[in-house]
Amino acid sequence: MAALDNAETVPRLGASSDTILPVLLFTGLALLPAAIGGETYLIDRFMRIMVFAIAAVGLDLIVGYGALISFGHAAFIGIGAYAAGILAAHGINEAVIALPVALAASTLFALLTGIVSLRTKGVYFIMITLAFGQMAFFTASSLAPYGGDDGLTIHMRDTVFGYPVLENARAFYYVALGCLLASYLLCRTLVASRFGRVFRGARENPARMASIGFDPYRFQLVAYMVSGALGGLAGFLLANATDFVSPAYMSWQRSGDLLIMVIFGGMGRLYGAIIGALVYLVAEDMLAQYTEHWRMLFGPLLVAVAVFAPGGLIGVAERLARSRRRD
Amino acid sequence: MKTRFTMLVAMLALASTTAGAQEKLKIGLITTLSGPAAVLGQQQRNGFELALKTMGNKLGGRDVELLVQDDELKPDVAVAKVKAFVERDKVDFVVGPIFSNILQAIMKPATDAGAFLISPNAGTSNFAGPECNPNFFVTSYQNDQIHEVLGKYAQDKAIKKVFLMAPNYQAGKDALAGFKHDYKGEIADEVYVPLNQLDYSAELARIAAAQSDAIFVFLPGGMGVNFVKQFRQAGLADKITFLSAFTVDESTLPAQKEAALGFFGGANWAPNLDNPQNKQFVAAYEQDYKAVPASYAFQAYDAAALINGALTATKGNSADKTALRAALMKADFKSLRGAFRFNTNHYPIQDFYLVKVAQRPDGKFETEIAQKVFANYADTHVQDCKMK
Amino acid sequence: MSTTLLIVQILNGLQLGVLLFLIAAGLTLVFGVMDFINLAHGVQYMLGAYFAVMFYGVTGNFFAALVLALGAALAFGLALEFVVFRHLYDRNHLDQVIATFGVILFLNEGVKVVWGASPLSLPIPEPLAGSVALMPGLSYPVWRLVIIGSGLATAVLLYGLIRFTRAGMLVRAGATDAAMVSALGVDIRRLFMIVFGFGTMLAGFAGVMIAPILSVEPGMGDTVLIVAFVVIVIGGIGSIRGAFLAAMLVGLVDTLGRSFAVDILRLFMAPSPARTVGPAIASMLIYLLMAVVLYIRPAGLFPARGR
Repeated sequence: MAALDNAETVPRLGASSDTILPVLLFTGLALLPAAIGGETYLIDRFMRIMVFAIAAVGLDLIVGYGALISFGHAAFIGIGAYAAGILAAHGINEAVIALPVALAASTLFALLTGIVSLRTKGVYFIMITLAFGQMAFFTASSLAPYGGDDGLTIHMRDTVFGYPVLENARAFYYVALGCLLASYLLCRTLVASRFGRVFRGARENPARMASIGFDPYRFQLVAYMVSGALGGLAGFLLANATDFVSPAYMSWQRSGDLLIMVIFGGMGRLYGAIIGALVYLVAEDMLAQYTEHWRMLFGPLLVAVAVFAPGGLIGVAERLARSRRRD
Repeated sequence: MKTRFTMLVAMLALASTTAGAQEKLKIGLITTLSGPAAVLGQQQRNGFELALKTMGNKLGGRDVELLVQDDELKPDVAVAKVKAFVERDKVDFVVGPIFSNILQAIMKPATDAGAFLISPNAGTSNFAGPECNPNFFVTSYQNDQIHEVLGKYAQDKAIKKVFLMAPNYQAGKDALAGFKHDYKGEIADEVYVPLNQLDYSAELARIAAAQSDAIFVFLPGGMGVNFVKQFRQAGLADKITFLSAFTVDESTLPAQKEAALGFFGGANWAPNLDNPQNKQFVAAYEQDYKAVPASYAFQAYDAAALINGALTATKGNSADKTALRAALMKADFKSLRGAFRFNTNHYPIQDFYLVKVAQRPDGKFETEIAQKVFANYADTHVQDCKMK
Repeated sequence: MSTTLLIVQILNGLQLGVLLFLIAAGLTLVFGVMDFINLAHGVQYMLGAYFAVMFYGVTGNFFAALVLALGAALAFGLALEFVVFRHLYDRNHLDQVIATFGVILFLNEGVKVVWGASPLSLPIPEPLAGSVALMPGLSYPVWRLVIIGSGLATAVLLYGLIRFTRAGMLVRAGATDAAMVSALGVDIRRLFMIVFGFGTMLAGFAGVMIAPILSVEPGMGDTVLIVAFVVIVIGGIGSIRGAFLAAMLVGLVDTLGRSFAVDILRLFMAPSPARTVGPAIASMLIYLLMAVVLYIRPAGLFPARGR
């Protein structure tokens, strides 16, 4: 009853939708700053949406293709952010140093927690990833020299090879877009490769995989580490974008937000996670401007999406296209 | 999908262009309106709005457009909203927040853009000292000062043994350090509880075992509500003097009720402070909001009055930041607490009192002035501030 | 560290454990029988507390408020089941997580709109408002003993129901293999509804019982929810026995950890860092416990399914 088979049962338009939609999406994102004009705060906002999208894409890799529902994914964002923040607190403000450290730290955390977590299945996996997320959260809260619960201000964004590229909102936007594109392509290549086939096979029928000679556990662990690394990348960018790091970046509610983004767009499509992040964060913003009690509208929206649109927005779009084609 | 998207962008762009720049004075209030601490943000907003209403929605002769946003107690959300305030809405003043960690996050985005940040509650030590900021003004106090009130009182009263407890975060540590600043007696124990812990049965047993003469706690919000009730239920209230900061105040007393009677707190104000503008404020607040105002409300009211005083001095001109800053520094307004002036670090020099929880004849609970502990008290971090 | 202090802390740990059991019992049943992740279980606990405060305001009597609150909690839970949850039984866990997350958002905001954001409280009923002197100077409220007692009684009742009645047998069968039970001709929908309603009432009951001690405020169910999930995962999903043992274990570990972590750490390190590292470790203890248990037994201590 609990098999995550939505990704396969939702009808696809065909291979073309998987190519056309992402192309349109990235083109749209590339042209966005021009369309917005001079409002730097808007560019800033969309840039932060893309940062979350990077983490969401990484999460979709393991959720959509591996049926590994990680409820502690915000921890990777937090670790990447704290890597940048702690280095900045000690005077190291160079991306060439900070980014690899952030990636290494989050990948290491993914390795260590993955070793334990991947021994479990189903809801046990959900819970143990949640537990590790909480542990990261409490550890960060107790880091008194780095602000503890109050968080840490970053006074200068990281320079890239010495150039203050990230201080310019537009430049930062395109850096984030580039990272997002790279993450998307990385995941897409992984999924289509032999590695991806084994990984997806491990979801369908682990016993079968083992009998052919592949150890599903190893493939899941590698995928989990890639997913964690992408979270760390997102965290690094987030720290620079907000000039601030705080344990709040790692709360379980944030992990929940990421899962919602993945499912909003449509699980198992990778670009669906990007659409999900866009829709979720923009909707949250717009509703919040409309009323203080926006959660009373947003909650039922989530319920409606879960009940009526299990394939996410892409699923809805495809169903509409399919019914229109039939006429 | 793409058309929907471009429509969204167009809508957002349109909304921003219609804002534009005009004679209305724009103020952005960033406060916590969701989660368990929402009641504090509501008091802050109520206080500010009541001030605007009392002043005919004009500050310094200019019409005011007040924009209110919820920081959700999330630093990155607060940063995004403050950035929207200064870049999209082009506010002249950002007022808020409640919490220290939000203040840490928004200081840079708010002040870098040239707006003035007025905090009616959070007053961290770093911004009073080494990181003091010319565009930052505080109408509350420096967090340590309230704790110092209780420490001084305990020392003056020659209380022999005190048990200390606070949540395990920076403000909690500052609280206990502040208490020990003046108190030189015996510390029975110093306990840090996890933030948002609700059940204190474990700690109450320790407190009883320690057999101290008094306890000093800093347990804001729901933490305080729970601790006070459980402390009373454990029968400890009769034997141990209850000293606290931010634990028994008008935001928690409606839930604590009789359990908090006779408990002490420290404050720069109380609803029964005897001056005409305060009497008027308390009456108006209770009429409009059906609750006793807490410090969050009165300090927000003072923030509006501060802005009004400064803008009146510059004849409504908010473009000349230097002149406006000087006017703000003068603090030419009638504060609800009586005498008010700024120190060189833009934190107030004011009187502090020991307050005691009492029940009013109409059944509501409030804190009342018990005695003055500090007169014209400046904070201890001002010497580290480079502003003169 | 005296023995009396230790005894008191153990008692405190049992009280927390009992409360966790009341919440976890409903959660594990719903999860075990219906394979439904109900994140909204925490808000059902919160609603129990709010209903109690509301009915107390109307009737002025705690026990009347208790009965009415239980009824209201049950009705509300069944309404939720009918409107939302019923459509999600066949779905995957992620859909259930999203939907129940949405319910949490809606209801946390909703109680704020209806009852306001300020914390509310409920007085302990008069006859039980006294205390027992456990230690010189420390009185242990009788009400906390009542909570322990009622929790234990509920545990015994549940155990009896599950073990010795026909309905209990169906529940156990459903937790092991729901499809089979349905195939054997049992009205599985009705069974689900009964299980769900019962679980809701248990959560509401926990909320009512704790309201005189803790403040009633929006979001009060969120932390409890996470800990309840930790409990059922440690205990094994679908097992009442597991939930009880795990709840006691978690309650004791958490309470004793919080009380003595700093003292234990002070044996190894200076007092000042021990004071701040101690609470951090204490918060993490139950998660560490869960990780260790899952490492040894990936399906919990007493899993209902043959995994």
